[in-house]
Amino acid sequence: MHMLVARFVGYMAMAGFLGVFGSGSHQVHADQTALIKVDGSSTVYPLTEAVAEEFQKANRGRIRVTVGIAGTGGGFKKFCRGETDIADASRPILKEEMDLCQKNGVAYYELPIAFDALTVAVSPKNTWITSMTVEELKKIWEPAAQSKITRWNQIHSDWPDAPLVLFGAGSDSGTFDYFTDAIVGKPKSSRGDYTASEDDNVLVQGIENNKNALGYIPFAYYAAQMKKLKAVAIVGKNGPVLPSAENVVKGSYQPLSRPLFIYVSEAAAKRTEVKNFVDYYLTEGPKLIAEVRYIPLQEQAYNMARERFSKGVAGTGFGGVPEVGLTVEEIMSRPPKR
Amino acid sequence: MAAQSSPHPRPSIGRRKIAEALFKVLGLCSLAIGVGTLVLLFGALLVEGVTRIDWQFLMSFPSRHAAKAGILPAWVGSTLIMLVTAVVGVPLGVAAAIYLEEYARRTWMTELIEVTVTNLAGVPSIIYGLLALGLFVYILGLGENILVAGLTLALLILPVVIVTTREAIRAIPVEIREAAYALGATKWQTVAHHVLPYSAAGILTGIILALSRAIGETAPIVTIGALTFIAFLPPAPITTHPPYVSFDWLLSPFTVMPIQMFGWVSRPGEDFASNAAAAGVLLVGMTLAMNGVAIYLRYRMRKQVTW
Repeated sequence: MHMLVARFVGYMAMAGFLGVFGSGSHQVHADQTALIKVDGSSTVYPLTEAVAEEFQKANRGRIRVTVGIAGTGGGFKKFCRGETDIADASRPILKEEMDLCQKNGVAYYELPIAFDALTVAVSPKNTWITSMTVEELKKIWEPAAQSKITRWNQIHSDWPDAPLVLFGAGSDSGTFDYFTDAIVGKPKSSRGDYTASEDDNVLVQGIENNKNALGYIPFAYYAAQMKKLKAVAIVGKNGPVLPSAENVVKGSYQPLSRPLFIYVSEAAAKRTEVKNFVDYYLTEGPKLIAEVRYIPLQEQAYNMARERFSKGVAGTGFGGVPEVGLTVEEIMSRPPKR
Repeated sequence: MAAQSSPHPRPSIGRRKIAEALFKVLGLCSLAIGVGTLVLLFGALLVEGVTRIDWQFLMSFPSRHAAKAGILPAWVGSTLIMLVTAVVGVPLGVAAAIYLEEYARRTWMTELIEVTVTNLAGVPSIIYGLLALGLFVYILGLGENILVAGLTLALLILPVVIVTTREAIRAIPVEIREAAYALGATKWQTVAHHVLPYSAAGILTGIILALSRAIGETAPIVTIGALTFIAFLPPAPITTHPPYVSFDWLLSPFTVMPIQMFGWVSRPGEDFASNAAAAGVLLVGMTLAMNGVAIYLRYRMRKQVTW
């Protein structure tokens, strides 16, 4: 008996040491196959996953792609330390991230790849709402509304005297940052007394089942469950606009649509496999993007992105501050800053 | 005394019986809530996921098509990481516990270590992830791979292994040790021939419980760079040419079961929900299997202890 245990402990210890010390000498072999590392926004993830899947198939597994979901901020942190080749981003790079990249000598190409839109949704049982203005939404969602605006008729006297039940994104998500920026006017500035969830499927369920509910979710989630929700049209310059792929591409669904980006490291783009992957993303990507229920850019925008990448024009079109309501063509025609 | 008892003997008996019955009901209710929740949750998971589990699901890589997606890299990753965790964490933990219990003299230092270890068992797992990110990834430059994930979870289970091992060792009567010393055994002989074999059952239970906790961990693994999409496996540990053993897999990027499951839960639409449920069923299955092995080993070892 004791022999058995002693031997067991011995083997375990030996294997442990072998494992730890053995690892050092084998470092060289690990990067024999080409590996492309992508990390960043979970919003962009489904797109990159689809592209990576097809790209690996097209190359018969000779090139490996890994995709993580550290979030836009987390993705940039790794990217600017030079740990990843490509950063998935649901917002433009910020000032402090630009500084970090510069400090580590990481230059990058900013390439728009698709549109993301937010949908303001109510339950199909809700009979009084078809459209809302940004002002009305702001009145509901701004921090000052906390525990004051609690009934529908406080926003509009025609609306019923019923409780206002709110659903929205959790404060760690890019969706939250974007919605608050576009509606309230300042990122992360929101009332806190609403049902928040990082899981958008939970929000869909909550809104669907409550006649008095109002919430916002990414367009892809609405597109996947259109029957369960009623989208609210946003009143723009030319009247109410419903969230749809067409309206987003035309640029009329404002301010709740935004472009999504990939940031490609200039140094990594010199590697053939990375260059091929990005080319593949910009040419084959648009077809896959519709398949995962996101909204592709117009062909013109992809052309501009391809040109920027092939000519090696590095930098960002934003200068470290996110802006709402720009078309992709406007962003791309600005001289990029580093 | 007895002769003087009243015609209504001990009026409080009835009350005590009621209290007894009440406690029984209360206990049953508590049990029902605990077990009921588990059964309900697992039942819902089973109903939604069990039909999705097939060979294709087990042997496929992730995909944007829910029906084609699989969890091959996830379960391979989880298994390999558990291996590293066990190989590193268990010997260290058991050795530390033996030292603390059998060798160390009672001084303020050992007291301090004991308190620290017990407290460490309660530290949130994300803290271990951050520690590992700083130590293994940034300072030691080991990269983000299976080795680092395994080491991180080894740190996580270390306090649990130490505490449970000490409990198991302490349950061995002092007389056993004294008998061994009386016959001229050294301290190590006493430990290796008596203390360790007799407490092995308890130690194993602790180890398996710790590993079961580790396999479900997401937070520390995410911090050190677990991926969501990874369509290849780590290099095989056995090669065709000398030296026939390879440790390259330790340096491979990875994903694990809970992360794959989370990735699917948060996808738009409902088609990925059954994938997530199926991954959940398998994860629970893996944990149950580990517990099953522990129970079996404990039974075997108990039978062999003859004092």
